[in-house]
Amino acid sequence: MPRYIVSRLGLAVVMALLATLVIFLIANTVPGDPALAQLGDLAASNPDFLKAFRAKWALDEPLWTRYFIFLKELAHGDLGMSIASQRPVLDDIKNYAPATIELATVGFLLSAVIGVPLGVIAAVRRDSWVDHVARFVSLIGVSSPTFWLAFIMLAIFYGELQIAPGPGRLDPIAFAPPNVTGLFLIDSIFAGDWNTFRDALAHLVLPSIVLAAATLGLITRTTRASVLECMHQDYVRVARAKGLSERKIVMRHILPNALIPVVTLGGLAYANLLTGAVMTETIFSWPGLGRYTFRSAAALDFPAIMGITLVVAVTYLIINLLIDISYALLDPRVIR
Amino acid sequence: MSVTAQAGVIAVDKPKSLWRRNFRRYGLPGIGAAIIVLWVLVAIFAPLLTPYTPELVDVTKRLQPPSQLHWLGTDMLGRDVLTRLIFGARISLFTGIVVVLVAAVFGTLVGGIAAYARGKTEEVVMRITDLVLCFPPIILALAIAAALGIGATNTIIAMLVVWWPKFARLARSMIIVQRSQEYVEAAVVVGYSPARILLRHIIPNSVGPLIVLVTLDVGNAIITFAGLSFLGLGVVPPTPEWGSMVSEGRELIEQWWVATFPGLAILSIVLGFNFMGDGVRDWLDPKSRRW
Amino acid sequence: MQDLTKIAPTDTTTPQDAASILDVSNLRTYFYTDEGVVRAVDGINYSVAPGETLGIVGESGSGKTVAALSLMRLIEDPARIVSGEIKFDGRDIVTMSLEELRKVRGAGIAMVFQDPMTSLNPVLKIARQLVETMVVHGRLTEEQALDRAIKLLGRMGITAPERAVDSYPHQFSGGMRQRVMLAMGFSNEPQLLIADEPTTALDVTIQAQILELIVELNRDFKTAIVLISHNLGVIASVCSRVVVMYAGEVVEEGPTDKILADPRHPYTWALINAVPRIDRHVPGQRRLVTIEGAPPDPLNLPAGCRFAARCPFRIEKCEQHPELLEISPGRKSRCWVTQAGQDLPPPETSRDAPAEAKARTGGHHGETVIKRGERLLELRNVVKHFPLPKTTLFGKQKWVHAINGVSLDVAQGETVGLVGESGCGKSTLARVVARIHEPTSGSVMFHGQDIARASQAQIRPLRRRMQMVFQDPYASLNPRMTVGDILGEPLRFHEITQSEKETRERIAELLDVVGLTPKAATRYPHEFSGGQRQRISIARALSVRPDFIIADEPISALDVNIQAQIINLLIDLQERFGLTYLFIAHDLAVVRHISDRVVVLYLGSVMEIAPADTLFAEPLHPYTRYLISAVPIPDATIEAARQRLPLQGEPPSTVDPPSGCPFRTRCPIAQAICAQVMPPVAEVRPSHFVACHFPGQF
Repeated sequence: MPRYIVSRLGLAVVMALLATLVIFLIANTVPGDPALAQLGDLAASNPDFLKAFRAKWALDEPLWTRYFIFLKELAHGDLGMSIASQRPVLDDIKNYAPATIELATVGFLLSAVIGVPLGVIAAVRRDSWVDHVARFVSLIGVSSPTFWLAFIMLAIFYGELQIAPGPGRLDPIAFAPPNVTGLFLIDSIFAGDWNTFRDALAHLVLPSIVLAAATLGLITRTTRASVLECMHQDYVRVARAKGLSERKIVMRHILPNALIPVVTLGGLAYANLLTGAVMTETIFSWPGLGRYTFRSAAALDFPAIMGITLVVAVTYLIINLLIDISYALLDPRVIR
Repeated sequence: MSVTAQAGVIAVDKPKSLWRRNFRRYGLPGIGAAIIVLWVLVAIFAPLLTPYTPELVDVTKRLQPPSQLHWLGTDMLGRDVLTRLIFGARISLFTGIVVVLVAAVFGTLVGGIAAYARGKTEEVVMRITDLVLCFPPIILALAIAAALGIGATNTIIAMLVVWWPKFARLARSMIIVQRSQEYVEAAVVVGYSPARILLRHIIPNSVGPLIVLVTLDVGNAIITFAGLSFLGLGVVPPTPEWGSMVSEGRELIEQWWVATFPGLAILSIVLGFNFMGDGVRDWLDPKSRRW
Repeated sequence: MQDLTKIAPTDTTTPQDAASILDVSNLRTYFYTDEGVVRAVDGINYSVAPGETLGIVGESGSGKTVAALSLMRLIEDPARIVSGEIKFDGRDIVTMSLEELRKVRGAGIAMVFQDPMTSLNPVLKIARQLVETMVVHGRLTEEQALDRAIKLLGRMGITAPERAVDSYPHQFSGGMRQRVMLAMGFSNEPQLLIADEPTTALDVTIQAQILELIVELNRDFKTAIVLISHNLGVIASVCSRVVVMYAGEVVEEGPTDKILADPRHPYTWALINAVPRIDRHVPGQRRLVTIEGAPPDPLNLPAGCRFAARCPFRIEKCEQHPELLEISPGRKSRCWVTQAGQDLPPPETSRDAPAEAKARTGGHHGETVIKRGERLLELRNVVKHFPLPKTTLFGKQKWVHAINGVSLDVAQGETVGLVGESGCGKSTLARVVARIHEPTSGSVMFHGQDIARASQAQIRPLRRRMQMVFQDPYASLNPRMTVGDILGEPLRFHEITQSEKETRERIAELLDVVGLTPKAATRYPHEFSGGQRQRISIARALSVRPDFIIADEPISALDVNIQAQIINLLIDLQERFGLTYLFIAHDLAVVRHISDRVVVLYLGSVMEIAPADTLFAEPLHPYTRYLISAVPIPDATIEAARQRLPLQGEPPSTVDPPSGCPFRTRCPIAQAICAQVMPPVAEVRPSHFVACHFPGQF
């Protein structure tokens, strides 16, 4: 096991290094002057800024030298300056990350808590009404564009029915709880501020449902397919021949096997939610990484986009590493 | 539950509804195909279907609700939503199909060569796919599209970069499975050349899952392109495109029609491809019990 | 053995009725498929007495497995038990509630399935799976159950059972897993154990161990056994009574020894005579007795006797459906002929033997059959190692030592049999000879040309002289090509035929040679049965007019009667075209029957090479002796009298093979030198080669 983890970790580090190279190459092979792209028109019009920038990133040196400088700066946490906010990209990311983590986690839990049981029941009661409902839900989930779903939910539940709060993490007049983790739900509990907690929770409902929709579809589909596959394995028949109840057969024999691919998919889905909530956050004015990404893209804020891409790639790698490790824990055959 | 039912009740129970099974087998894929054909026809005959032009700005008519004149209302600049929707079908269908087909052909070739060459080539190719797959697709496409600049062509290129690796992986694994089959060994023993074995024996037996993935994936590509357009990267305004239409209407909760209809259009076409993809899978692999 | 004649035979009920623990009557299990109703089990009756061993025999599709699964209501959609009674311990399983049924499953009746590799849950420890079997029936606590699990594993012959319970299934070999399955089966001391082909997936020496174990367990636990098998030898070595199934019905029932010696149903008769015997071989008698055709379409069963279409004893009355009736005390048969008191005479085995023998030695290719004259194939020190995929990034590269220095010759016109258990490298060797794989080292001379290092392009002209027939009739034909294309492509590719017309004629000729109609050319492989596909496969091999054919387990996926047909076909073709065969099989009886010389492989090395009759009469290598001894013989009397040599343990890993002689780890006469020096393959007696430091001393 330790050997396996070390090996996986090594692979992840190698991949992370390669990812930095990819990002560096994208950033430095942009058509036009990289200095111009990365400083923005305003700053680039100042010759002093331009000069300092060229010197810092050694833009006149060959590509390899520049890559090593890039790596060195990276090691110090320097992802460059955002053109739009005129602040270090890393600071911006640190600022926006908690909102995204909160939303993604709630959305993911929602989809997993509904999707896994739904998939299991749909498989066990194949062709029953549960199966048909599950199929419908998952098809709509994977087929509707997130940005549109977000709009519709907002239009119906906030605009028309007025039973859901509007965009944002909190009511415009409310104050954020004292910052501990940056997650409003947890911080408000720490502060004992139940009004804020309720407000934060209410604001989470619509965006997390939207975010969960597509993931829910995927998780339900995968769970159902995987359970169906396992239901016809010989060991299930053996379990039945032992006299186990159907419930025990499902819980003890089918699920431990069937959930292995679901864990992989779930991990990837969570990674996607953490990194890909762009549309949902934009529509719900959610002050997270996704909206930051959207704004940076809209403003062609190049350093910010590259910074986000890098952070997101590393997050992806870490989650993949965790998937690999949990895979090994769940399936004894992985490590020989 | 089905397991207990089969193990418990002995009485002759009603035979499975043939109607329902046939609907699953032919009905839904049929509906999917009909939706797709409909949209293709709409895209081809777009100018004949509407009296307006998609770019015609008329600020005096801005944000009109659906009416006899404008069936789906007008947008902020007074453009007819239905007209833009009809013309928008062109770019959505085109990008979705082009991205998936080009990625599938390129990915299959790369994956096939990797599987066949083995050794170092395979190692390098598969590491590259790993590398691409270690970025979240939307973000990587976003980064590349941002680097290349706004425009449909650049967005398509960005999507292609993100899209081909999954086909390379699938093709490689399919070919590896086929390669050790006895009929391929028999072909080796007869003396055929590697190219002939690959083209005539292995690939015809590997295309099934690839076709399924292609069909199911066109929907994905359409959604992704619309998403990038929504973010302002896909098409240059005022080109009509569904994602950017939703984007234009996203603040207009009162004027719901501006964003709702383009979204429904995306939903319908994606559902169409999903229905058809499921049908193709059932047809190629009747034993599969997925939906 | 039960005394079956004790109870008055005049009664119409079965003699065992009085004391039986299982009574199956009129059981019908149907599959409701899209195409129609498949009557898989169509009214079967039998009973099992306490402690009895009953065998159920039949070919694939006979309904024997469905019948067994029905006993515990383990059948799945779309199958359904439609009528009948299964009385176990006086209660009817068919109608009992699920609650009651669960109490019977695993406690009163236990079951062991065919494939031990998939029967254990891969993510649960052995302990968990054994313990839950006992705990669920509430007889033991977790601790007691664990304790008992360890004892049971020990009883089943698993070394270090304390460690074994803590392992996962993938850490065990197939044989070991089947022992775990048996431990599971016996954990609640059931009254009845159903074993469905429990040894089919195992090697012959492991099969012998498991069968031995089943016999002991039956004796010690007094558990009745229902053993389902297609192999009459397996049945003979375990069962005192046997039920023969055909097309969903019981066609014959009676004591094993009597049925095997004197079958009273033509199907049983055919089954017994189609199998080559390892203990009996008449030189010159090469054809096996086969019956025509295949079992009836289960969707469309004939109204009369279901076997009539294939029956050599058919009479007019067979248009009507016969009942299963008692024909002598303890024996029943579903046949008008034997019910009328007629015997089924043994087949005329000498039918065409002399003519054949003549044809073989003095026929049209008499000159080429001079053994050892012309060497067609010469292998020298062939080695093949495969790299294992690396499990970790920085791990050491591991290798599978598939073949470790094999030398062997094949002369023109002879059949060389290659036997060994799984992992011995026989299939790899076939693929090295056919140059699907390139050997790691050594030389492969074919027609005087070393093809070991040649490129595929260089070998291409030789491909016309060397062809291969594969094991799996379902995988060896390209599913997307018509039979015509499968046969025509090699013809066009090697420019054997010059025009399309000629190609078509040649295809028709090839189909005719292997016993198929010309119409087959337009159809796809999936439209044919396993035996027919194997004929197509053979036709493809013949298409380029080779003189040498490598046959890699060509019959092991087929039912015995089809096996016999294919063996006969191969022999016919050899005589017709003067073919040379390298025949690979794990079935020793078949190898003995078909081969002139036999090569025994173990762990990638040659153990013994000798003419077939010599090898089976006087094996000099200990491993060969074990191997021969492990084969069950379909004759209850011989089986009962036989002293079986118990080969213990399992073959070592091919990744890390033992030093010196590979067999030394399991060899009873191994000495210090065996661990140091690999014994050379030496000609101990004329044309009898052995790789052993102490040949014949065991």
